[in-house]
Amino acid sequence: MIGIFLTGALIISLGLFFNRNKFINYSLLVVFSALLVVFSLVEYNQINITELEFFKPDAIGVLLLFALCLVSIPVIIHGYRYIEKHNVDETPKSRGLFFGAMVVLISACSIVLLSGHIAVTWIFIEITTLSASALIYHHRNLRALEGVWKYVFICAISITFVYIGILFLSLSLKDTGIEDMSFDSLYANADKLNPFWLKLAFLFIFTGFTAKLGLVPMYTAGIDAKDKAPAPAGALLSSILMNAGFITIYRMYAVLTRTPLQHWADTIMIIAALLSIFVATVYMTRIKNIKRMFAYSSIEHMGLVILGLAAGGIGVYAAILHIFLHTLVKPTLFLQFNQIYWVYQSKSIYDVGNYFKYNKVGAILLLLAFISATAMPPSGLFISEFMIFQSLFEAHYTIILLVVLVLLTMIIWGFGTNIFKLLFTPHPTIDETKIPHISPWESLTQYLLLGLAVYLAYNPPVEFVALLKDAVKLIQ
Amino acid sequence: MTDILLIALAMSLLYISIANRLYTYLNILVFQGFILFGVTYLTLTRISTINLMLIMLETIVFKAVAVPWFINYVIRRNGITREAEPYLPNFVSLIIVTFITVSTIILSSSIKDPNLDKTFFVVALSTIFTGLYLIVTRKKIITHVIGYIIIENGVFVLSLAVGNEMPMLVNLGIMLDIFASVLILGVFFNRIGDLLKDPDIDHLRNLKD
Repeated sequence: MIGIFLTGALIISLGLFFNRNKFINYSLLVVFSALLVVFSLVEYNQINITELEFFKPDAIGVLLLFALCLVSIPVIIHGYRYIEKHNVDETPKSRGLFFGAMVVLISACSIVLLSGHIAVTWIFIEITTLSASALIYHHRNLRALEGVWKYVFICAISITFVYIGILFLSLSLKDTGIEDMSFDSLYANADKLNPFWLKLAFLFIFTGFTAKLGLVPMYTAGIDAKDKAPAPAGALLSSILMNAGFITIYRMYAVLTRTPLQHWADTIMIIAALLSIFVATVYMTRIKNIKRMFAYSSIEHMGLVILGLAAGGIGVYAAILHIFLHTLVKPTLFLQFNQIYWVYQSKSIYDVGNYFKYNKVGAILLLLAFISATAMPPSGLFISEFMIFQSLFEAHYTIILLVVLVLLTMIIWGFGTNIFKLLFTPHPTIDETKIPHISPWESLTQYLLLGLAVYLAYNPPVEFVALLKDAVKLIQ
Repeated sequence: MTDILLIALAMSLLYISIANRLYTYLNILVFQGFILFGVTYLTLTRISTINLMLIMLETIVFKAVAVPWFINYVIRRNGITREAEPYLPNFVSLIIVTFITVSTIILSSSIKDPNLDKTFFVVALSTIFTGLYLIVTRKKIITHVIGYIIIENGVFVLSLAVGNEMPMLVNLGIMLDIFASVLILGVFFNRIGDLLKDPDIDHLRNLKD
């Protein structure tokens, strides 16, 4: 099915690039959404069966593929609304490029999730950089150019780092006489690998993939990218692209857990995660750009996920649940941003206020999304975050836990100040006659995503829990 | 012979650290391309002829000719001033690059692994770190690109060290080369020239918090 999916996605994206007819363009998007749903279901039924030599849908891959599917379809719908409503200067060409790049990005991310070989993962991560840069540069102005330039340059360096890591990995294989670099072979022969080169390989691969996952040190690229990209594209960058980075780090970490190096890897990951949460706190408390604030909130969550992974025990389960729920929650904020922009024509926190008066349904959603993103009950993220704290406590990382709790409180304060200003503070200088009427239907998909996140956390279906438990088994 | 070529590559790094004009940088890129061509031919003795020819073609066509030529074209078209504009004086740069080379030698001598060819390792790592150093200390965007290409040359040397066992990895490295160069230079640098008349990194400093 992976072959069929790849071919289909390629044909659809080429069709979008070269076809200028509006009706055909949108029909192609519908076909792609259907293909994505069918693909996820088929892969769920073919779990752990190797396809085309290099691809193997394991539990975590299929789980995140479902999340990708759940997010991509609302994003495509909002991409349609964005192109139709937001921009008077859209041409058929720019529309085709936007949707074509989006289709390529979604398909490349889904292939990364199912790839069973580190080199194949690397190739498709390159493709995500390419397609994401087309999305970021959609508005062809100087600011967008700056965003995309930084993104491309940092991603190019990070991808070089990953490549160096793969070279070191091959050096660590040299003694064993194994030439197969698929993850399965690495898991099976983990204890035979040369520990020195394995350490270096993990260090480089981890550093490289932090550009996609959004951790210190390479997180900066993603922030500018999410700020300058159109909001639907930002939703993709802050959800499925981060998952693509996460899954590779997760698989590499799974190799290290089979060796005596696990404790060393935990230390590295805890340092990176703590620094990320710290950076997110510093910026969240003083940031004035709404979109960048959402982007930094993602950095914080990724820090928590990696912290849970490093703590081990129940933390691994919690980390995967957390990243799954984050994938559902974070896009709602980005997708909702378009409505804020329609009302205020600005993304600075100084220009907004009294949102409840202008768009009731959207304002309630924003409040709920804020509660979800800061992991306050009844948010789904509360469950996973609580389990991460529990795992930190059980692993005797009490001081780290305390630091994280203090930082998270500050993040809630910073996030809350801005969101409540947007929602409630009256703003005298707004010309109310120019504010457009926004249909409540625009918020429907976001409500569904938030509701789903709550439902999956508090009343998870048996199949979902089974997949989660299977995914955890990768870490021994 | 391989060692002589690799040491010449390391020496070109010292030269680039004190170079003032952009054209000197380009000449060094061309020089490095030819060195890599020679090293590839001498090192990869155990892989299939077609693959070897492909890799050598890439080094000569891409690294030694196409990329420097294209950078030259961009410099001319956008009328970029020919000064490299480093933040630090040349003498300090020379000291730092020397320091990088010496510390990679010390690092590699601490590794006890018979599989490792130390010359390759030292030259590759010092090339990579010199490239990073050039990126952080030069002002122009075009010198950042040149720094990135030097990093890629270093990575290529590293991949040659494992090339005989795993030719697939060298091919991946070539993919990285082509992908990054095309993306950064082709699609991209052209556009920067259209929007910015003098591509100085200071124009790209507006996105912040």
